[in-house]
Amino acid sequence: MELKTKIHAEKDKQELIITREFDLPLELLFKAYEDPEIVAQWMGTKVIKLENRTHGSWRYETAYEGQVVFAANGVILDFIPNQKITRTFQMEQSSFPVQLEFFEFEALSDTRSMLRMQIVFKSVAFRDQLLQMPFAHGLSMAHDRLQDTVKSLK
Amino acid sequence: MNLRRDVFQAIADPTRRAILTLLATQAMTAGAIAANFETARPTVSKHLQILSECELLNPQQNGREIVYHLNPNKMKEVADFIAPFAKMWDERFNTLESIMKNYNKQK
Repeated sequence: MELKTKIHAEKDKQELIITREFDLPLELLFKAYEDPEIVAQWMGTKVIKLENRTHGSWRYETAYEGQVVFAANGVILDFIPNQKITRTFQMEQSSFPVQLEFFEFEALSDTRSMLRMQIVFKSVAFRDQLLQMPFAHGLSMAHDRLQDTVKSLK
Repeated sequence: MNLRRDVFQAIADPTRRAILTLLATQAMTAGAIAANFETARPTVSKHLQILSECELLNPQQNGREIVYHLNPNKMKEVADFIAPFAKMWDERFNTLESIMKNYNKQK
């Protein structure tokens, strides 16, 4: 099945471009990034802080069975409603270096919109490493943490 | 050995990659595959087991022997190692889309 989300990862480049067209007007797409309650719903994480302004900061925390399994934070460098968000992204409790993320929002029509997300990594190797651990951003960290816990019990 | 049977973990091993290459053109029995390697037969069997568990190979009983076939669909998935990453984002964005569609209706 053809995915609506396209990932462009050119060989030997330390960046990743994710594009997606939404069957949503631009304002609604942007709102899904702006409103902490909505972010929490679709990202499946708790939004601890989301200061939507230049030099604001953000922090997400994901818990699984009462235990924090994933946390990430960063600063917001640029915030222009319905146009763009530029921010840093850093996973906590991880040696993975900070990423720079550019989000560009664009209206395709009154009812359709597009998101272009560009992620810049510290090195090509780190980019490739992230691609190979597909769920680095999300819930299956819970799964890994669970495995570690089980291992430490042995 | 009780590792998570992950496709990417499976293809990380050079012997397993060699087995997949070998089977690309023809199905083979475990014995015929093992004959191509200097590695001990039980080690090759272990590799075949791992590759079968992550569905990269389809083992088919043929009389007393097991013939291993490459599973082209699974291989296609691996060929594009970005696939799982793309799938994760796609599912996440699908959720976003449906949440915002409902949000719009509520207004």
